[in-house]
Amino acid sequence: MNRVEGRVKVTGLATYAVEYPVEDVTHAYPVQSLIAKGRVARVDAAAALAMPGVLAVLSVEDPPELAGDAEGELAVLQSRDVAYRGQLVAVAVADTYENARAAADAVRVSYEPADHDVSLRADHPGLYRPEVVNPAFPTDSEQGDVEAGLAGAATSVDVTYTTPVLHNNPMEPHAALALWSVEGRLLVFDSTQGTSSDRDTIAATLGLPPGRVRVVARHVGGGFGSKGTTRPHAVLAAVASRAVGRPVKVALTRQQMFDITGYRTPTIQRLRLGADADGRLTAVEHVAYEQSSTLQEFAEQTAVPTRSMYATPALRTAHRLVRLDVATPSWMRAPGECPGMYGLESAMDELAYAAGLDPVELRVRNEPVTEPDSGLPFSSRNLVGCLREGARRFGWDRRDPAPAVRREGEWLVGTGVAASTYPARRQPSRARASVRDGDFLVQVAAADIGTGARTALTRIAAETLGVAPGRVHLELGDSDLPDAPVAGGSMGTASWGSAVVRACEELKKNGTEGSADTTEEVKTDAELARHAFGAQFAEVLVSAVTGEIRVRRLLGVFAAGRILDASLARSQFIGGMTMGLGMALMEETLTDEEFGGFLRRDLAQYHVPVCADVPDVEAVWLDEADDALNPMGSKGIGEIGIVGTAAAVGNAVYHATGQRVRDLPITPAKILRF
Amino acid sequence: MDISLHVNGVPRALAVDPRMSLLDLLRERLGLTGSKKGCDHGQCGACTVLIDGRRANACLALAVAMDGSEITTVEGLANGEQLHPLQAAFVEHDAFQCGYCTPGQLCSAAGMLGEPGPSAVTEDLLADPDLTPAEIRERMSGNLCRCGAYVNIVAAISEVAR
Amino acid sequence: MNPFEYARAASASEAVRRFRPGTMYLGGGTNLVDLMRLGVARPDHLVDVSRLPLDAIEEVRDRVRVGAAVRNSDLAADPLVRARYPMLARAVLVGASGQVRNMATVAGNLLQRTRCAYFQDVSRPCNKRRPGTGCPAIDGDHSNLAVLGSSAACVATHPSDLAVALAALDAEVHVTGPGGDRIVPMPGLHRLPGDAPERDTVLESGDLITAVELPPPPPGRTVYRKVRERASFAFALVSVAAALDVRDGVVGDCRIALGGVAHAPWRAERAERALIGGPATGEAFLAAAEAELEQARPLPRNAYKVPMARNLIVHTLEELAS
Repeated sequence: MNRVEGRVKVTGLATYAVEYPVEDVTHAYPVQSLIAKGRVARVDAAAALAMPGVLAVLSVEDPPELAGDAEGELAVLQSRDVAYRGQLVAVAVADTYENARAAADAVRVSYEPADHDVSLRADHPGLYRPEVVNPAFPTDSEQGDVEAGLAGAATSVDVTYTTPVLHNNPMEPHAALALWSVEGRLLVFDSTQGTSSDRDTIAATLGLPPGRVRVVARHVGGGFGSKGTTRPHAVLAAVASRAVGRPVKVALTRQQMFDITGYRTPTIQRLRLGADADGRLTAVEHVAYEQSSTLQEFAEQTAVPTRSMYATPALRTAHRLVRLDVATPSWMRAPGECPGMYGLESAMDELAYAAGLDPVELRVRNEPVTEPDSGLPFSSRNLVGCLREGARRFGWDRRDPAPAVRREGEWLVGTGVAASTYPARRQPSRARASVRDGDFLVQVAAADIGTGARTALTRIAAETLGVAPGRVHLELGDSDLPDAPVAGGSMGTASWGSAVVRACEELKKNGTEGSADTTEEVKTDAELARHAFGAQFAEVLVSAVTGEIRVRRLLGVFAAGRILDASLARSQFIGGMTMGLGMALMEETLTDEEFGGFLRRDLAQYHVPVCADVPDVEAVWLDEADDALNPMGSKGIGEIGIVGTAAAVGNAVYHATGQRVRDLPITPAKILRF
Repeated sequence: MDISLHVNGVPRALAVDPRMSLLDLLRERLGLTGSKKGCDHGQCGACTVLIDGRRANACLALAVAMDGSEITTVEGLANGEQLHPLQAAFVEHDAFQCGYCTPGQLCSAAGMLGEPGPSAVTEDLLADPDLTPAEIRERMSGNLCRCGAYVNIVAAISEVAR
Repeated sequence: MNPFEYARAASASEAVRRFRPGTMYLGGGTNLVDLMRLGVARPDHLVDVSRLPLDAIEEVRDRVRVGAAVRNSDLAADPLVRARYPMLARAVLVGASGQVRNMATVAGNLLQRTRCAYFQDVSRPCNKRRPGTGCPAIDGDHSNLAVLGSSAACVATHPSDLAVALAALDAEVHVTGPGGDRIVPMPGLHRLPGDAPERDTVLESGDLITAVELPPPPPGRTVYRKVRERASFAFALVSVAAALDVRDGVVGDCRIALGGVAHAPWRAERAERALIGGPATGEAFLAAAEAELEQARPLPRNAYKVPMARNLIVHTLEELAS
């Protein structure tokens, strides 16, 4: 079946956050800090307030009332202290977008600047060991004796990989339309990955009971993690609307998104791997250095996937964080796994070359029986199957491992492989199913951010009810529906789907209505290591003249439980791989050391792949039955596609050129260094 | 300033702020929110509409400069209930995920199919090339899709271009 | 955006007549509207010249005259241009996107401003935008900026591909203005920054480009090649427009212009002089490229452009000679 909302999306009728027609609407435009650290001395709004159409200027001069415990990025306009360049210090509200923007431009802000520090380095004196890493993993892990394992290794590598600041850049900029009813209930049309949690967070930030806030997000123009937590624009819309007594739209510009909607922390990753003469790992160490803001801690779980990948008698992982005068990093598609597996899978390739082993074979030889760090059995694990099937489809057996020996005219040709993994978890969710006009209405406050949740849940409900999908009407994207977790962590379908199945089962029993809350069910899930796995293969061309790199083909083979919808699944996988291609070759936000904040804050400078970059991306999957996961037997598929792509591409660049670039992105400039 | 233009065949006469873009005119004044604002600087293509039959970035066009123009937006592509072949092909090929770039992709493709001449990847500059996948990819590179639906977008357009 | 008045001119002379301090001419708007929204350009008065009757491509004796308001896409699709000036068509086709090319005019393309991140951000200093405030790119992000002809005041690059091809083709830019009509040869329209980086070109206040005239094409084969890390819709890291005429192994005519390396399209005159009359060999091409790039003054993060330009010149000439 095609996407349920396909028709409204291709006719332009799908309504995103600031597209709801609302009478008497006004527009707010933020003013951002021009210093990276210090204090706002004064906000002079007199000139702005005198401009045509201007209704209000809110600022730190007269902080809008928020709950006393509002904190971090959401304590909008509460403090004169500046934590990073680009932080919100004021907002202008006017009758039109043009007037609001001109007024914001006329707000005069003076500062008392202080020295800032925005540079992550592995020897930063401020590095510390956070309590946990996102969301609640142990910061460090240690099994066996890594030093002894390395000392006794026949082959070892000790390499440092880095990844830059990366921005999610969903196509729909973060935006919210807020309006208050006469009874004092707040309605926010927000661009969010979860209406229940967004409602709770907005309510808590404003000091309101959750019942006084409703969040609606029927269509969301992508998020990739950046809309998984409430962002400041939503709070800004709410307080601005309260101040002017009219509905307010806040639509961030692309440039503003770079500053206040989160990003992937840069990482510095040191990997030390040792193997015996047969290519069996003797030690694995993965240490990640990362940044957060002074406002709040976000510690990406970069080395965590290494705890699940390969059998080794000695395994150590660690994370160190430094708080800088920067915006707070946050979730970006596969936080942890994406940058961490870039490091690990690149280092594995280096180890394969050092040991004279085929990189597929090296991984197969180190397949663990149980999860290496926890010792738990896997609910299912088919990494070896993915590697073998991918090798077969890709023609890997014809590969000459020698680097820098294939050439087509000016173009050097190479191939590379890397493994993918992503946890297969679920969270409690509620859902309701009822009979309506002879058909079935299924309601859950899930979010469809482009994943196809609406379609997948329709299918799940239809299958449970034993009816045609056309008879199921699915409602999501509204916090007035039964509470549901965010579309994040590749947990959406597993979490919401479990509740939908239970609600539909109950309806089937009683014939009229079913409602479910899977809190108890999820608690009783057996203790198992639950992960999806995959293998990605890349073929690249590298110009010996210019250093340009083009990806000729990408193949992903995944084992992700039962695939609920082949078309949607393929789109998720190839979408993730396409984003991974961008990470490998072009995506990079620069930090402005002199003035703080970021540089390249638009889509002409922060390059994401265009159509011409993506000639051939294919994804297939293995049948995988796993009854321990959830009623559908499914694993999440939204993130695993981006995990491993950059390593596969980087490994292919090495195979093509004989040169190892260890700092993403791999650009012509770095190729030409050699 | 007073302007008059046709939008999806409907004549419109409006007074506009000279600072207003065609995109904001469509979205904020005419309620045609199908055209999307992804960057507001011509860098993403989400706002692509047809101006006098040619694809263009509505964010870079001042509304006031559109006086006398004929604008077609994604809302004007279908013929009543009958989807435009590109719209139908996008649905069939799952050529979108979040849908936010989709209206721009569709208008861009509709304009592109009628554009004469070579592209940057055409070997023979003097020929009017067939719209191979490589040609479509190059010609559609002004429309970003962060969900990464390019492979399906090219398949959908290829079907219509045949 | 600051408030401004808008007027559409019916003729070039009317446009010039309407010009007063604070006026800017509006072509396709693909860069000017962008810069106005960023607050970089703050005109009081826009005179729309995009619909002037300057939209023809005509053969005038052995030359081709391209109206200033011709859209970039129409220029690249024109049969005469494709047949006679393939380098020019190629240069246009590798620029921007299909949508932007449909909007952007020939004159607007030549007069677009640098995409230097500091220039485009009004909250940071920039000598080009606000003379005397400094150039943070020199110690900051200059990875895509100039390696040739830059100054202590500015290391911006000119982003146009079209201008690079026109520089190689010895095109002439026809200008009208308060001071009358004149012709500016290419290269020569664009300046090097020196101590006045706020001035991109030699045009005076109120000047309006009316046409670009192309002399007969150079003998031999031509090419335009653009290097970028994204496969399309990206500005050049380095680009080259080259024409080479080889007879009996000896270089007759030779034109080389580089883009992405300087404040102006960079005509590689030293390399051309080194080659003309000499052997068309790889060694000669390399020596010529190195002679040209001896003048390069790269910064730490854009030093890659020197080997990139060298390789590109050599490879391109070898292809043209083969």
